[in-house]
Amino acid sequence: MADKIRIATASLAGCFGCHMSLLDIDERLIDLVAHIEFDRTPLTDIKQIGRCDVGLIEGGVCNAENVEVLKAFRRHCNLLVAVGACAINGGIPAMRNQYSLTECLEEAYLHGSGIDQPQIPSDPELPLLLDQVHPIHDVVWIDYFLPGCPPSADTIFTFLDELLSGKPIRFAYRQIHYD
Amino acid sequence: MSGSFSIDGVTVPFETGQSIMDAALAAKIYIPHLCHNPEFQPHGSCRLCCVTANGRTVAACTTLATDGLEVANETHEITTRRRLLLKLLFVEGNHVCPACEKSGACQLQAVAYHCGMLAPEFVHFYPKRAVDASHPETIIDFNRCILCELCVRASRDHDGKSVFNISGRGIDAHLTIDSPSGRLGDSRFSASDKAARVCPVGAILPKHRGYEIPIGRRLYDQESISQVGDVASHREQEDG
Amino acid sequence: MHTVQENDPSNLLQRLIGLQQAFRHIPSDAIDHLAESLGLSRAFILGVIQFYSFLHSSPRGEYDILFSDNITDQMQGSRLLAQRLASKLGVDIGRTRDDQRVTLDYTSCTGMGDQGPAALVNGHPITRLTMERVDQLAALIEQAVPLDNWPAELFQVSAGVERRDIVLNSDYKPGTAILRCLEEGAEELLRRLEQAGLRGCGGAGFSTAKKWRFCASTESAERYVVCNADEGEPGTFKDRYLLQAHADRLFEGMTLCAAVIGARRGFLYLRGEYRYLLGPLQQILQQRRENGLLGQAILGRDGFDFDIDIHLGAGAYICGEESALIESLEGKRGIPRNRPPFPVTRGYLGMPTVVNNVETLANAALIAQQGVEWFRSVGTAQSPGSKLLSISGDCERPGIYEFPFGTPISEILAACQAHHTQAVQIGGAAGRLIPPAEFNRTLAFEDLATGGSFMVFNQSRELLNAIDNFTRFFRHESCGFCTPCRVGTAMLTKQLGKVMVGHATSKDLDELGTLGSLMRQTSHCGLGQTAANPILDGLEKFPDIFQSRLRSTSFEPAFDLDASLEEARAITGRSDPGAHLEGGGV
Ligand SMILES: Cc1cc2nc3c(=O)[nH]c(=O)nc-3n(C[C@H](O)[C@H](O)[C@H](O)COP(=O)(O)O)c2cc1C
Ligand code: SF4
Ligand code: SF4
Ligand code: SF4
Ligand code: FES
Repeated sequence: MADKIRIATASLAGCFGCHMSLLDIDERLIDLVAHIEFDRTPLTDIKQIGRCDVGLIEGGVCNAENVEVLKAFRRHCNLLVAVGACAINGGIPAMRNQYSLTECLEEAYLHGSGIDQPQIPSDPELPLLLDQVHPIHDVVWIDYFLPGCPPSADTIFTFLDELLSGKPIRFAYRQIHYD
Repeated sequence: MSGSFSIDGVTVPFETGQSIMDAALAAKIYIPHLCHNPEFQPHGSCRLCCVTANGRTVAACTTLATDGLEVANETHEITTRRRLLLKLLFVEGNHVCPACEKSGACQLQAVAYHCGMLAPEFVHFYPKRAVDASHPETIIDFNRCILCELCVRASRDHDGKSVFNISGRGIDAHLTIDSPSGRLGDSRFSASDKAARVCPVGAILPKHRGYEIPIGRRLYDQESISQVGDVASHREQEDG
Repeated sequence: MHTVQENDPSNLLQRLIGLQQAFRHIPSDAIDHLAESLGLSRAFILGVIQFYSFLHSSPRGEYDILFSDNITDQMQGSRLLAQRLASKLGVDIGRTRDDQRVTLDYTSCTGMGDQGPAALVNGHPITRLTMERVDQLAALIEQAVPLDNWPAELFQVSAGVERRDIVLNSDYKPGTAILRCLEEGAEELLRRLEQAGLRGCGGAGFSTAKKWRFCASTESAERYVVCNADEGEPGTFKDRYLLQAHADRLFEGMTLCAAVIGARRGFLYLRGEYRYLLGPLQQILQQRRENGLLGQAILGRDGFDFDIDIHLGAGAYICGEESALIESLEGKRGIPRNRPPFPVTRGYLGMPTVVNNVETLANAALIAQQGVEWFRSVGTAQSPGSKLLSISGDCERPGIYEFPFGTPISEILAACQAHHTQAVQIGGAAGRLIPPAEFNRTLAFEDLATGGSFMVFNQSRELLNAIDNFTRFFRHESCGFCTPCRVGTAMLTKQLGKVMVGHATSKDLDELGTLGSLMRQTSHCGLGQTAANPILDGLEKFPDIFQSRLRSTSFEPAFDLDASLEEARAITGRSDPGAHLEGGGV
């Protein structure tokens, strides 16, 4: 095996569950680590993404920052993978698509129960919200989809393992589920 | 009268009047389907069961078997088509499987697993649809309805109540309930109706019974629907 | 003559149409009353109301104006005219004015392609709209002039025949064919139709004699004959002309069919857009009854009883599909049935039923009168006789043309004086898009089959607009029964929209192609099977019109990134750089 495979990961509108699942690979991660190295991920300190072989994206796209991160990943990764239900179809965060953004914000910051100082935040530091939550394939081309909420550690391992070995990626029946 | 035909090279016997689907079910050959339930009149709307019969694409559930017919079912081309149809169904509604009580025992999911669908991929419609929780025992989540009309058929043809109907047209077609308010709680629906037990997806669900079976032991967790069979038939068995 | 009992559930649609006309909507208490008297559920009735474009559960304006939105209307400026009327009247298109005076909206092709732009006002067609006419309409509406007092010339529907051949050159005497049939027998008539080789003019070209024979050979107490006058295919209006000028022929054809199959009752299913023809048609039926050509003991023959009812459609293209038409005749939503069984074995009320196009039935009557040689004197071996075409679009002489089968497209274009033609859409939105390289192809079942629509586009036209128009038409008209068509037509519209605004890449074209062939292969009925034709033909024959609008990036987002921040910008009042996103793909 020549160079190590360089991987970056990001969590957009997700819950970090998919990242937890990645860590759940446990001892097999040690085998993998011999063949992979991490670029920008929430697990490392690298802030700017560099050239990568694989990008793993958790979560859908709900704000302007998500869009920028996703585009940066697409520019830098040869293979971009949607990991988990939220990246694939918006998931739970996309349940807000049943309402307009205005309705959501008003409920959350103005009319909801237990609100102290009703005000919709407008700090330029905050990423601005899109009117709808989108799956990531709405914004950039996605090469592969790993379903699950989260995908099991086993599924992620199989994917990385087969990718490393250059085999066509095949999953056992139990490795594919949408929940 | 009877005869035989073939599905993917396997000889299948049939009785006159049987559809390709009937004969396949009897021979335990799985043809993916969503709107079909052998207890009701064939419908032909989901198109999942489309096979080729002597080269022509037909719906297996509404096409009669004929002697010597050569049916192709699980070919690469047909499975690819089925995945596309499934993707269309997924993006048409709002299917948030992680938040759905039916997950693991849902036929839409199970058929999608069987056909190797990893993601819906198309642009999502995110339609704005309601949930009707007005009935004391049953909830309807229209977000998940795939318009298979099994509840329509069951309520009309079995329960004799015609509680369910389809309204609108095209992409605006939707399920409706016959009651003065349009809500289930005000209708003649009862949780003991056949219509309460036929929904292949998580659109018509019993209340107070969510997530009873642990993940890993649900109907389709371990084995493909091609081995396990339809969720409705299991429900019938459970309910005796 | 009302053979249908008032309280027969199959009368539902006709009752609803009556209510809509009387009350400008179907009032809720009327639904309750209907439910009670017809023994139907409220939800069922609401389902029917929401299926048909011309039925509404909330009131329309006193003047309900629908602009025909076919591409040929648009090419004649209909959209600008509609907008002008909207601004004059102070109402948005698609809405009813607050004072309930007027509703403005678009509707699918109203069958006036030779005299567009056209509109319907409370169901009455107004043709040849101009800016002046629109201003005139606005004034009439503001002054609340009753429709009956509007100038008659507004409602003029002309019957411009530009070319006649054997059919339109023949004289026809009511009753001749029936008399001959009675003298010679049904078998002889069938033999004659067979030898003449008459094929269905609705588009599919099935042998008419065979259809009648099938139906006659079924075991049944009742049989029905239905004339399909739904003529919903965009750009078709030849049946309108026949109904207007030659209804006697088609009623005679229906009566012949009744004699052959043993039907006692027939229906003319008349599209709602042609309701203005209802009165004249009923008069002709009455005349025929008086002349002993309809009713009891036709032409004195004991036991030969037959009569015809006219049923109206209510704005649903799918009801032209024969089994959906039958559902609609039964008062239901027009959902195509599973076939087989075909209508000839199980049709109206489950009884064997012949469904034929207007032109087919009119031709059958003429063949019975004129004979086989006459019919076969023109046409090709496989497509004998002639075909009526409805020619519209970019030509100097739009109108009705009768051409022998086998005529090359180029000759047709020359006859209607079309110049610099870029393409012809033959067979309506569901038909085929033909480039100049194929203008030597011929009008024939074995080459280019058509129900009669022939739309011409010259080189100044953006062909993609036509393709977009047709694609939207199908989205609007899909009945919603089956997955590929219900979702596919909506998805095609979305994806083509991306091409239209210049945000698509070649990946999007691939997706259009994939979806299109899925729909073609797996849809339940002809609508879904043909709905992607405009796109698929366009991609194959006019790739440049798509390519020229593509981005060179390999992928473009599915939505406008910056626009999707607009709502948040408005709520927060932000306009800093972080409140914007660069468009474009990676
Ligand atoms: C979506 C659809 C719309 C149709 N519309 C019409 C129509 O408006 N008029 C018509 O005569 N046939 C129409 N047809 C064809 C009819 O189903 C049927 O074939 C025809 O009425 C048979 O008559 P013929 O044999 O005389 O042509 C349509 C078919 C489809 C699939
Ligand atoms: S109905 Fe089935 S596919 Fe839809 S959300 Fe529920 S489990 Fe998922
Ligand atoms: S509620 Fe369920 S059974 Fe009824 S139409 Fe929808 S998916 Fe089918
Ligand atoms: S193809 Fe379209 S019009 Fe035909 S049954 Fe399917 S949804 Fe309805
Ligand atoms: S199962 Fe045959 S079309 Fe749905």
